[in-house]
Amino acid sequence: MGAVKVVEGSQAVAEAVRACRPQVISAYPISPQTHIVETLAQMVADGELGSRYLRVESEFSAASVLAGASCAGSRCYTASSSQGLLLMTEVLYASAGMRLPFVITGVNRSISAPITIQVDQQDTISLRDTGLIQLYAESSQEAYDMHLAAFKIAEDPGIMLPVMVCMDGWILTHSYERIDFLDQQDVDRFLPPFKPANLMEVEDPKTWGSYSEENVLMEFRYALQKSMDYAQERIPQVMGDLASYTGRDYGGLIEAYATDDAEVILVAMGSVTGTLKDAVDQMREAGRKVGLIKIRCFRPFPARQIWEAVRGAKVVAVLDANVSLGSEGALGLDLKAKLCGRPDGPLVVDFIAGLGGREINPLVAEDIVDQALEAAQAPTPPWAPIWVGLDASIVA
Amino acid sequence: MKITMGAVVMGGTSVLYPTGAWRDQRPVIDHEACKSCDTCRDVCPDSSVFVQEDVYYIDYDFCKGCGLCAYECPVDAIAMILEEK
Repeated sequence: MGAVKVVEGSQAVAEAVRACRPQVISAYPISPQTHIVETLAQMVADGELGSRYLRVESEFSAASVLAGASCAGSRCYTASSSQGLLLMTEVLYASAGMRLPFVITGVNRSISAPITIQVDQQDTISLRDTGLIQLYAESSQEAYDMHLAAFKIAEDPGIMLPVMVCMDGWILTHSYERIDFLDQQDVDRFLPPFKPANLMEVEDPKTWGSYSEENVLMEFRYALQKSMDYAQERIPQVMGDLASYTGRDYGGLIEAYATDDAEVILVAMGSVTGTLKDAVDQMREAGRKVGLIKIRCFRPFPARQIWEAVRGAKVVAVLDANVSLGSEGALGLDLKAKLCGRPDGPLVVDFIAGLGGREINPLVAEDIVDQALEAAQAPTPPWAPIWVGLDASIVA
Repeated sequence: MKITMGAVVMGGTSVLYPTGAWRDQRPVIDHEACKSCDTCRDVCPDSSVFVQEDVYYIDYDFCKGCGLCAYECPVDAIAMILEEK
């Protein structure tokens, strides 16, 4: 067993990244991601980490450095938040298409305007369609473990995609938590060096993402989709493999919590799921049949596992810390798309909750359960998402 | 032929794709007026100007007809002519 320490979430992530021995790190600072990349820069400066650390002038460049270094066969890492992640977007689409397996920490923060540094998941959700694999952590320990798994998932020859580990800003990155670290020799055994099939070399020049038109472009997109399907099978195996070293098994693509006989099932991702587990326990003690599904992997979307866990319920209440303006939350949309129309499935009700860091505590969770049951008794399902704790009176 | 992961192919494959078909105007060099100053070759974004025995030519297989060479030519020795069939 490795060391046990109480550290800041950002430091836990930096330690996980160091243990994975990335050859290239490139980043631009932005709250609340800063402590992660500062810690890594310090490690490099102190000679504790042999990575090339490239300071760049923007997140677009940070992602571009990773794309180039990854083509050249390097294991690469970056982290960002909010506007920074959006600035990376173009490069991330290209990197997924070129099958470059670097790892990004997406430290969740709302998007401007209005300007804020508070947490919600609008930033990483906006990257939903880039071709990234997206994992969401409940705790800093889980974020630590996910980073170890992320490189192995990304570099799997059947996957070869960038992986983003999403963790809620401040709540995880800036709070101290007990972390069980894995010994370096175990990390090395779990994660062998990166050896890509294609390498950018002067002696053997190649083109990445070469020009494609109507005769093959669709097949390239389908190949990405197939790799996402394969990743659904492979991710739980990699996480299971890691669990054999750490002793911590989180349950694969989703974690179903008290769902077996539940009438109402909450669905959420990120740090709020820790609060929701307490809320479920309290409601269970009061005799209410409530359960929770924590989405650990949002892309690829584990629809079958979710269906198996929710099919016996009356109503599913989705907590979306994002909104696709003009429609509803992204998680709610996915659940409705995948579950509705299946025989005897539950009603899915979407809640927009926690935007800009608005608190979700057990009382709020109970209110969501009440409103979900109310919606289930209405003659028709609601057309609009329900905004949790909204003060409509101040909206001009 | 199967597609490759990440659309990775051997280098130099752009020569297999004659992008000259995209052109709607063709640059035509007046060899009498040309002073061999090399400006056209310098500015061509598609490396489609070549020199043989000090005479400048356009590679019409790859020239997309952007007209930069004609615009920059200091002696107006290049005319842009509408492609017609």
